[in-house]
Amino acid sequence: MLRNICRYHTQFGKAVWPFSFSHVKHVPSLLAQLQKAKYGSATTERKKFYETVSITQGEGGLFEINLDKRKLKTPSGKLFTVPNEALAIAVANEWDVQKDTLKFYTMHLTTLCNTALDNPTQRTKEQMISAALKFLETDTICYRVEEPPGLVELQTNEWDPVMNWIEQRYNVVIGSSASIMGPQISEETKETFHQHLNSFNFWSLTGLEFVINQLKSLVLSFALIDRHLNVEEAVLLSRLEEEYQIRSWGNVEWVHDYDMYELRARTAAGALFVHLSSEKTSVKKKILQD
Amino acid sequence: MKMAAVCSPLRVCRGILKEIRSAKGSGYRLSPVYQYVLQQFRRNQVTGAQLCRAQMESLHAAVSYRCLLSSTRLHLRLHLQYHARGEHTPQQAAALVGLRMPNQPGGKGWET
Repeated sequence: MLRNICRYHTQFGKAVWPFSFSHVKHVPSLLAQLQKAKYGSATTERKKFYETVSITQGEGGLFEINLDKRKLKTPSGKLFTVPNEALAIAVANEWDVQKDTLKFYTMHLTTLCNTALDNPTQRTKEQMISAALKFLETDTICYRVEEPPGLVELQTNEWDPVMNWIEQRYNVVIGSSASIMGPQISEETKETFHQHLNSFNFWSLTGLEFVINQLKSLVLSFALIDRHLNVEEAVLLSRLEEEYQIRSWGNVEWVHDYDMYELRARTAAGALFVHLSSEKTSVKKKILQD
Repeated sequence: MKMAAVCSPLRVCRGILKEIRSAKGSGYRLSPVYQYVLQQFRRNQVTGAQLCRAQMESLHAAVSYRCLLSSTRLHLRLHLQYHARGEHTPQQAAALVGLRMPNQPGGKGWET
C-alpha cells in the first residue's frame, strides 16, 4: 500500500509530496536524510551527486574536501578534516574518479579517514597497541608447516629473511614454530614493540591496525611500514601458501586475482595512510660550496 | 632495501600519471592530484646527499600510491566482470532454455 502511494507520488512530481505528509510515517529531518543518503545503505547505491571535487584549508591548518559547494562529512556527521595535504588530495581523487554511482568499496583512504575521525567503536591507543601485540602470537610468519617439502622450502626461503630482519632491527627474539601452539613471545619482545607502537599517533595506529588485519601478520606490517618491503612483496609473502597452491593447481581469475588485487589495494591504502599521517615535510635549502 | 623491479623515480612517476589518466579520462591534467604528483617529484629531484633518506621515503610512498591506484582499478574491473551481474531477469532466465515470456496485451490483473 505504502509502496503504491510512493510510486504514485514519484509519477506525479514533487508538487504532490508536501500535501501527503499525513499518509506517511515521521520523515527524518532533511539534513539527517542527506547524511544517511550520502553514504547509502548496504543495499541501495548512491548516485554521483556532484561534478567537481576540490580541497580547501580550513581552521587549524586542517584540510577539507568540497564536493561542488558542499563540504564532505563523515558518516556520523562530523566535518571531514585531514591533517595532511597529500592525504587530502588522494581522498579527493578517490571521490573524483567515481562515475555515475558511488562505489564505496573502492574508496579505501576515505574509509580509513572516516574510521580515524569517527572512532565508532571508541578504541583507545592502549587497546589498539595491546590488540596488535596479541596478534604477534598468531602471526602468519611464525607458523610453519612440515609438509609438503616444496612449501616448507618456500617458507624457509621467503619468510626467514624477513624474520631475521625484524629480529635484528628491533633486537628481539620471535622465532617460528611448526606446532599448533605457535611461538612463545617473551615479555622483553612485547615491551620493545609496545614502546615502538607508542610512538605512533592515533591516525597512524588506525592505519597500522588495518594493515595488520589485512596481511594477517605483525612482522610483515612492520616490514612494510619500515619500508623494508613494498606492497606487492608484502602481499605476496602474506599469501605465500595460496601462491604455492596456485602454482600447482592453476590460477582462477575471479577468485585468486580478485582477492589479490583487493588485498593489494587495501594494504597500499593502509601503508600510505600510515606514512602520510606520520610525516612532516620541510625543505632545507643548502648553499652549494665550490 | 628489497625493492621490486621498476622503482626508478621516472618510471614510478609515469606509472602514477598513467593510472590517473586511465581513471579520470579527459581533463586529467587539470586535476589537483596530477599537479601535486608532478610538483612532489620535481621537488625531490634535487638533493645534496647520495643516499637521501627523505627521497627514499617519498619514493616508497609513491610506489605505494601507484600500487593503490592500479589495484583498485583492476579489482573494480574484475568485480564488474564477474561479480556484478546480479540475478537474471525472468526474460533472461527463460531465454536460457530457449523459451520466451508470455505477453498479455491488457497487462496482468494486478498491474496498474
